[in-house]
Amino acid sequence: MDTYKMFFAGSGGQGILLMGQMVGNAAMLEQKEATFFPSYGPEMRGGTANCTVIVSEKPISSPLIHESDCVVAMTLPSMLKFEPTLKPGGLLMLNSTLIHREPQRTDISVMKIPVTELANTMGNARIANIIMLGAFIRATHAVSSESIEQILNGFFGGKSAALLELNLKAYHHWQ
Amino acid sequence: MSDKILLKGNEAFSEAAMRGGCRYYFGYPITPQNEIPEYMSRELPKYGGSFIQAESEICAINMAYGAAAAGGRVFITSSSPGIALMQEGLSFLASAEVPTVLLAVSRCGPGIGGIQPGQADYFQATRGGGNGDYKIPVFAPSSVQESVDLIYESMQLSDEWRNPFFIFTDGILAQMMEPVKLPEKRPDIQTKDIRKHKPWALTGYGADDSKRNTVISLRMQPDALETHVHKLFEKYAHAEKELVRVESFGLEDAQVVIVAYGIVARIAKEAIEILAEQGIKAGLIRPISLWPFPYSEFKKISNKTKVVISAELSMGQLIQDVQLGVGDRLPIRLVNRTGGMIPSSLEIAQRTKKILEEIGG
Repeated sequence: MDTYKMFFAGSGGQGILLMGQMVGNAAMLEQKEATFFPSYGPEMRGGTANCTVIVSEKPISSPLIHESDCVVAMTLPSMLKFEPTLKPGGLLMLNSTLIHREPQRTDISVMKIPVTELANTMGNARIANIIMLGAFIRATHAVSSESIEQILNGFFGGKSAALLELNLKAYHHWQ
Repeated sequence: MSDKILLKGNEAFSEAAMRGGCRYYFGYPITPQNEIPEYMSRELPKYGGSFIQAESEICAINMAYGAAAAGGRVFITSSSPGIALMQEGLSFLASAEVPTVLLAVSRCGPGIGGIQPGQADYFQATRGGGNGDYKIPVFAPSSVQESVDLIYESMQLSDEWRNPFFIFTDGILAQMMEPVKLPEKRPDIQTKDIRKHKPWALTGYGADDSKRNTVISLRMQPDALETHVHKLFEKYAHAEKELVRVESFGLEDAQVVIVAYGIVARIAKEAIEILAEQGIKAGLIRPISLWPFPYSEFKKISNKTKVVISAELSMGQLIQDVQLGVGDRLPIRLVNRTGGMIPSSLEIAQRTKKILEEIGG
């Protein structure tokens, strides 16, 4: 694929922007073009958070998206907001622990993954985003898994070995 | 792309200013440029520079005036209502010919308005809100990389031209992350060498050691003030020849030419691709310098063009310069959003197509 356009959306504190930044950084490792644009404003933990990410083989003109290839929704309000942006055949990935409503669209693919529940089972609710990131990469190949692992290593490696191990485990959790 | 890093606009702007020579930054918080004072407060001391949080934007620009008059390299930033407060200071800086680079991360107004991206400060930037006859070169980048390059260059140009330089960006460019190649750090000017580089600066000595310099914007004698203003305008006339920057394409056979700057130009580029898929040839004029405005680029528009469109995040400000560039040769139409609303590339394409149909192109 030449260009892949996606939204990551959820609530503040879920690590939404981190998911987007990791995809952007991984794209750069692959010598691809990338743009990352976060929602900004009176953001706070528990408020809405989303980011627009484009990965492309070509120079990217507009960093904004009117039609997306994939939407990753970690909460219900984010699904309601971004589902309409999907192009026909696009992929909607849902955190089914928090989203109990069915999507409206019938012309898209839907993947439901209970990432919050899985993260709790693994003992740390904060890794739900990384479980979703792993599922996202394996479903879309927006960037390669090797690139993301390299980014995970760089990001968590400097902090603690246990944290890196936990995140790598989370990343591979949903197969 | 291995020498590039993914950087947030605001952080890249800060890094570009420091590498370009900024050693004095005076800031006051305002969204969407808050990462700049945050970054500067952390990083500028590492370059041997000074960060001061001012108590207001009025104070920040006057601190800039003082530090730059003493020969320091100064970079300051704010956003729309904050830039409004700085206008008096800008007029003083321009009159006193004191170099400073001012970056605006534009949001939407009027009033306190909102914090989402806007371009309704086009007149504020290009016409100036301060008093008197003065001009400030304004560059409007449309990517994080171009912002970095223009800030870095302006840190030097500002010294060379002895004039404030204005970088006009918006909330999208400031908040987004893009791959950036950062420039090499420009050599420092040591305090003891300021006299050599800036013989006019307030170093305690005159250029010939005989008397001290003065930097003033007050001239009570009408003939002296008139002479001074004429001298400034000789400089501005040179700037009008030498500082024009523009990107354009497709002008030779476009049915419609879209004029847009900053982030809107990038959305317009995608709109032009959408129009091409529908068999409509559209060209683009992207002014990079908003003053001096690239009026002569409009002469390249061919006789095949039926209409010129000004695409902007304001209620028709850029369009006034488009009118000066186009004259009465062609009809001109506005495609705009405001209030922090951003048109999609699809919206610009659809509205352009509709205008073209109405014109009969």
